[in-house]
Amino acid sequence: MREMIISELSQALDELARGFAHFLPRLIVMLILMSVGWVIAYVLRVTLRSVLRLIKFDKLSDKAGASQLLTKAALPSATELLSQFVFWVAWLGFILLGVSVLGIMGLQEQIARFFLFLPRLFVAIFILFFGMLAASFFSRAALLAAVNANVPSPRVLNLAVRTIIIIFVLSIVFEELGLAQHTMLIAFGIVFGALMLGLAIAFGIGGRDLAQHFLEKRFVREKKEENEDELSPL
Amino acid sequence: MAEESFLSDDFLRQLINVGEVDILVGLPTHNNAKTIGSVVHAIQSGILRCFPRERAVIIDADGGSRDGTPELVTGISIDDVRQTSNLYALRTLHSISTTYAATPSSGMALRAILAAADLLRAKACVVMSPGSANVDSEWLASLLRPVYRDGFELVTPTYRRHKFEGMLITNLLYPMIRALYGVRMREAYPPEFGFSGRLGSQFLGQHVWSDAASGDDDSVELRFILTAITGGSRICQSFLGDKDHIERRAADLVPALRQTAGALFSALETDFSVWSSVAGSNPIPTTGDDQAVLLEPMRINRKRLREMFATGVAELESVFQSILSPSTLAELQQIARLGEEEFRYPAELWVKTVYEFAASYQKSVISRDHIIQALAPLFRGRVLTFVIENRNASADDVENNIEGLCLEFERLKPYLLQIWKSRE
Repeated sequence: MREMIISELSQALDELARGFAHFLPRLIVMLILMSVGWVIAYVLRVTLRSVLRLIKFDKLSDKAGASQLLTKAALPSATELLSQFVFWVAWLGFILLGVSVLGIMGLQEQIARFFLFLPRLFVAIFILFFGMLAASFFSRAALLAAVNANVPSPRVLNLAVRTIIIIFVLSIVFEELGLAQHTMLIAFGIVFGALMLGLAIAFGIGGRDLAQHFLEKRFVREKKEENEDELSPL
Repeated sequence: MAEESFLSDDFLRQLINVGEVDILVGLPTHNNAKTIGSVVHAIQSGILRCFPRERAVIIDADGGSRDGTPELVTGISIDDVRQTSNLYALRTLHSISTTYAATPSSGMALRAILAAADLLRAKACVVMSPGSANVDSEWLASLLRPVYRDGFELVTPTYRRHKFEGMLITNLLYPMIRALYGVRMREAYPPEFGFSGRLGSQFLGQHVWSDAASGDDDSVELRFILTAITGGSRICQSFLGDKDHIERRAADLVPALRQTAGALFSALETDFSVWSSVAGSNPIPTTGDDQAVLLEPMRINRKRLREMFATGVAELESVFQSILSPSTLAELQQIARLGEEEFRYPAELWVKTVYEFAASYQKSVISRDHIIQALAPLFRGRVLTFVIENRNASADDVENNIEGLCLEFERLKPYLLQIWKSRE
């Protein structure tokens, strides 16, 4: 009995030792990959940060209105955020590569999926950034045009333009990421339709007085002002 | 000569038929059938009266008129002028018309005129506004004589205006050019001006015409004037008379700002080495009145001006945060709360505002066109202050107020240099 226990134990220990001897090199490879990955990710972060500072990416981000959002969310600057993002994506890639070396069943497919997902993630970020830029540009253009044309409530117009563009951009981003495509499409349709209907109802019924005031202001006043000299700026 | 390639074969053929000329009169036209007859008659009369022995040509650079303007220019006979004035020219006066594009662009029109002047080796040139209803034959002589006889390179006009007309000139363009370039030029964006063929050829070779070719360069006249200033050309001013009262709508302000403030801010970038080293300002030789002012009563909607200023300051706060310093914005917000009677946008604050806009334009803190558009409501505030301050002012008082503003622009020039450099 005692000998049997010792034999089983030594067999188990042998198997454990064999398994460990088999696993250890893989673990070392994984650690090496993770370390090398960290160095590469770090170099990438430093290089990207320098390039972004050189091209004044933060200014571009300011123009896009992204900086304001980041500040409100207590996040670092766009340059810092993007550098960090690239660092973590690169390092995570190496970590997953290392984990795949361990040969854990079922993990391989998930890791492959992750790598296939990366290009789409970058495209989505690209679309989001330039979408924000477009939203900021066109909403500001609408605001300035409305203010200079003396249109009442110019900020509503500004907000409407911004909202429509952002909704449109988000729907493209989610489609690119393959996340809840149908839900997003339906949500976009509902929000856009609701917005338009809301505006129509607000202007037609809820804002009847405002519309009347607006039309009077535009036409009746202008008629009156026709008798007054316009100043020639030049 | 390299510029001749964009001219049409037909236009080149007509120019070759003309040969060399002494005087060239350029007309940048577009649907000016109503006024072009009197303008051409005034030009013909001016040539017969003052330059009967000189070889002269009228070049009509047309931007796709549909009312027969080019035909009118080439069809107007000089005989009518001869009969009425009993004057005779010793040379043939040629009239040529070319359509440079289907849509009007003052840049492309000037380019065609300069190229024609270059090819015809014109000694003195003048650009006349085809839309002026009150052009006098003396205008031509006033703009050409200093170039042709006295060796000046550029002649800009001065006009008799109503005290509240041309406030973009009196409150921004004139004082800012005076402070930065050191030249007291009353009309730096004139519809009429004279220049030497040499200056025209020089500008034709120097200026980048890509914007003009795309039809976007509507401020090329200002660039031309600034090139003459920075190039050290001999410049003088000639008094022409009454400036046309042009009916404009409030919506015209933004294009006017683009053509003047936008063009000036853009030029500051390239001319930095010149204007940053200029101190003070000097008068330039002037024939006739420097600035004559009309004082007739004029109805101005002050309430609307104040409203548009206050709305602009409130609604564009996020835009102004990118352009203006916090202290300037805070002061503007204070002013926006004032009623119509106590409203005052002080000269110092206006100058600081303009300088901060110029520096922000250079740094492109937001879209440059948006920066110019954002200036419009603030300019309305300044207009209101100018109107209030000069409501009952005499011509001398108005002149003193403009002079005070100019001195403020000169005094605060170091501030512009400081923010220009600090934001780099």
